[in-house]
Amino acid sequence: MSGQRNNRDVVIMGAAETDEVGKLPHLSTLELHTQSARRAIADAGLTKDQIDGLATVSTPGPVQVAHALGITPTYLDGTSVGGTSFLLHVRHAVAAIRAGYADVVLVTHGESGRSRVGAPPYPRQSDSPLAQFEMPYGVMGPPTTFTVPTLRFLHETGNTLEQLAEVAVAQRRWSARNPRAMFREEVGVDDVLGARMVAYPFTLLMCCLVTDGGGALAVASREFAEAHGTDKPLVSVLGTGEAATTPMVSQMEDMTTCRQFTLSSQRAFKEAGVGTTDIDHLMIYDAFAHVPLYGLEDMGFVGRGESGAFVAEGHTSPGGRLPMNTNGGGLSYTHTGMYGMFAIQESVRQLRGEAAAQVDGVETSLVLGNGGMFMSAATLILGRG
Amino acid sequence: MTSPQSGGSAPDKFVPKATPETQPYWDAAAAGRLDIQRCTACERPFFYPRTSCPHCGSEKVAWFTASGRATLYSYVISERPAPGFPTPTVIATVELEEGPRMMTNIVDVDPTPEALPLDLPLQVRFEQRGEVAVPVFAPIDGGDR
Ligand SMILES: [Zn+2]
Repeated sequence: MSGQRNNRDVVIMGAAETDEVGKLPHLSTLELHTQSARRAIADAGLTKDQIDGLATVSTPGPVQVAHALGITPTYLDGTSVGGTSFLLHVRHAVAAIRAGYADVVLVTHGESGRSRVGAPPYPRQSDSPLAQFEMPYGVMGPPTTFTVPTLRFLHETGNTLEQLAEVAVAQRRWSARNPRAMFREEVGVDDVLGARMVAYPFTLLMCCLVTDGGGALAVASREFAEAHGTDKPLVSVLGTGEAATTPMVSQMEDMTTCRQFTLSSQRAFKEAGVGTTDIDHLMIYDAFAHVPLYGLEDMGFVGRGESGAFVAEGHTSPGGRLPMNTNGGGLSYTHTGMYGMFAIQESVRQLRGEAAAQVDGVETSLVLGNGGMFMSAATLILGRG
Repeated sequence: MTSPQSGGSAPDKFVPKATPETQPYWDAAAAGRLDIQRCTACERPFFYPRTSCPHCGSEKVAWFTASGRATLYSYVISERPAPGFPTPTVIATVELEEGPRMMTNIVDVDPTPEALPLDLPLQVRFEQRGEVAVPVFAPIDGGDR
């Protein structure tokens, strides 16, 4: 299972989300970071003064978060490449800990995506490449850009619109089991296809939520965790990968495949010394219903054109052989804007055996994060113990 | 072969601003031409405007006028109202005859899936927004809708 190096030497020793996720107009962006950070530190059995590394996206940034918590970090990571950034932070933290740059790296996410409290206004550029070559065409955020590749994907792979809707159906089966999920009512394909059209072929139920919330992780060496942590199960970071291609969805080399999903997962599988059949539980960032279909195919869980049938046949649903997005995902659980942190949190819960919709016997879990509109990606393969 | 479309000026639509390396693209558009770049080292065309070839890395790049013919690669029909745009609006990626792809709008067509089969042949036209002309595309046989 393992390569030359012991790949259970770095672990996630603490993990927590904000007390609530959803509509939280009483909490600022910064508070969503710091509240989840405090919960993760407590979950790890640590005090703030044991934290020497801080990683988060550029807004509000690692310096602001650390200072608000009363932490003086000697390792910083402000990697900010979209909603997958937190997976990259974990990957970089593993390297930093192995290098001796830090003992404990706190990775934080907080986003007032719905209420926009203490959040910066959306940037209004007019001369960036994106502003010159995509914004002139009436685009209104991700529902009108991230979705553009889908008709070509369906056309070339033979996956169908009904199967695209099945992704939303499957995830409601999971969110129905999760009391923290925003949408918990089970739906059928006809409900999904018949919902309000947002941008054909995407109806409202194929698009992610927009919520407020936060989450944080404490990453440390196994040695440190065993010396200073609680007796909660540790979660090993077995393998990681990251990759990026285009900042503009219109410039994807091939709209029927997401190259960085393949590149980042191949590196993670290789490092972990495992393959797709070793994965017991899967999280694929689902900002929109098509993304899990790309993820299943591009990571090699199914062959080209087989993802739609795989989901429709229930293999990713409760009781299926590859439980996927078991918190309900961005479509039904929560989606603050940069969802990647919540995908990691659910993986950790499943590996610890403390998920709301717990799957039996999860030993190995894979998290695939997406950043931007098929812009960047990262993969984490996590193991129990 | 293409002519700037006058009228249809919609000042509240988003107006892009050129940077020095993209200025020739926008100047050409204002003159009714779709100019893109080609690498003179490896001969491959590319889009969006840059000062080096994304294929081979050469700085020997030159502008040329594209045919303006393209095919419909993928799209959505957006029901989200954008300032100045009709609802719905067809937001598409088209593949130019020369190979590169670009985002655009498909205009002068029923905004329905039935009227927008993938690979539909298209021709560029230009939509005036103040001083700027934005390339958009219409079906080549756009009259029969
Ligand atoms: Zn070249």
